[in-house]
Amino acid sequence: MKRPFKLILSIALALIAGAQVNAQTSSASSVVVERPWARATPGGAKTGAAYLILINNGEAPDQLLGATTPVADKVQFHSTTEENGMSRMREMPIVDLVPHAKTTFDPGGMHIMLVDLKQPLKEGQTFSLSLTFAKAGKVDVTVPVAKVGAMRPSDMAPMMHHHDDTMKE
Amino acid sequence: MKTRTRRLTIIALVAAAGAIALAEAWFVATPYPKVVTSGTAAIGGPFTLVTTDGKTVSDETYRGKWLLIYFGYTFCPDACPTALTNMSAALEKLGPNASELQPLFITVDPQRDTPVVMTDYLKSFDSRIVGLTGNQAQIDGVLKAYRVYAEAQKSEVDNADYPVSHSAYLYLMDPQGRFANVIQSSEGGEEIAAWLRKQMTHRNG
Repeated sequence: MKRPFKLILSIALALIAGAQVNAQTSSASSVVVERPWARATPGGAKTGAAYLILINNGEAPDQLLGATTPVADKVQFHSTTEENGMSRMREMPIVDLVPHAKTTFDPGGMHIMLVDLKQPLKEGQTFSLSLTFAKAGKVDVTVPVAKVGAMRPSDMAPMMHHHDDTMKE
Repeated sequence: MKTRTRRLTIIALVAAAGAIALAEAWFVATPYPKVVTSGTAAIGGPFTLVTTDGKTVSDETYRGKWLLIYFGYTFCPDACPTALTNMSAALEKLGPNASELQPLFITVDPQRDTPVVMTDYLKSFDSRIVGLTGNQAQIDGVLKAYRVYAEAQKSEVDNADYPVSHSAYLYLMDPQGRFANVIQSSEGGEEIAAWLRKQMTHRNG
């Protein structure tokens, strides 16, 4: 009896967490941008990293073509891979979005690289990021800034942790 | 019958060629921690570098302390802040034991990472982490000694904003300057602290 209850509770918590997420969608588009966030940048850093989740709810594939932000000269999409003990950043000119699938940008995986920052990203601030998709068009999101080196957005920390622990048991 | 034998021979030849190719690929691609964790491989050695406040230091400067070394660069937005944050958290978790340890951040990108740039950058992390840079020859020397492969991925279109491939590990050297072990720099602070404690007691005892 205890186990199913725990499971239902976990699902309920996950749903609540999902609902709390700052989901930002363009009305015309089938691409949903969830949980945008960025890391505060260390002193004098010329680059920053932003992360988010893209969900293509449409029937057709879409593509993330590019992005702009007032806080940086250039925005690039990168994946970090580790091969033979080497950490390598690879630029992805276009990010393919498969129908009914999630594409997650997360530390250690894919990141949105903000190149030549015009100002440091400070914890607690927000900035705007405009994403351009091949079909969904332009989607503007507001990106909150978490700590330097944070592994997740500030407001998600306890919930994500709880979920991770449950999974490990 | 004859065709069958020939076919079998061909299959055998193809299989043998495949096996050789696989073996070669394995030898070439085996990540070197498999080798280094087995003992005191020749990792580490003499180096001369410059601290962020302009002092010239060498490997001998730090004798008597454990060295925890991360090779990275400040232009890197994802892996390097993660590694330095994990290192900072590990130092905090170590408590007083951290005094036996000297954490170092050695740049793989001396052209962009001048002492001034590194000083500024390291202000966001634990103040015990010492940043080291140098001229290209000095950096090449330390990278070679530590068998760290760093490679600037410069392109013709973009000469200033290039990423650098670099080692994903933290290197631990013992107080005599001998190689002790490596750990993934993406491990959390708690994991790194536990690992350091284990490594340091093991060698001390």
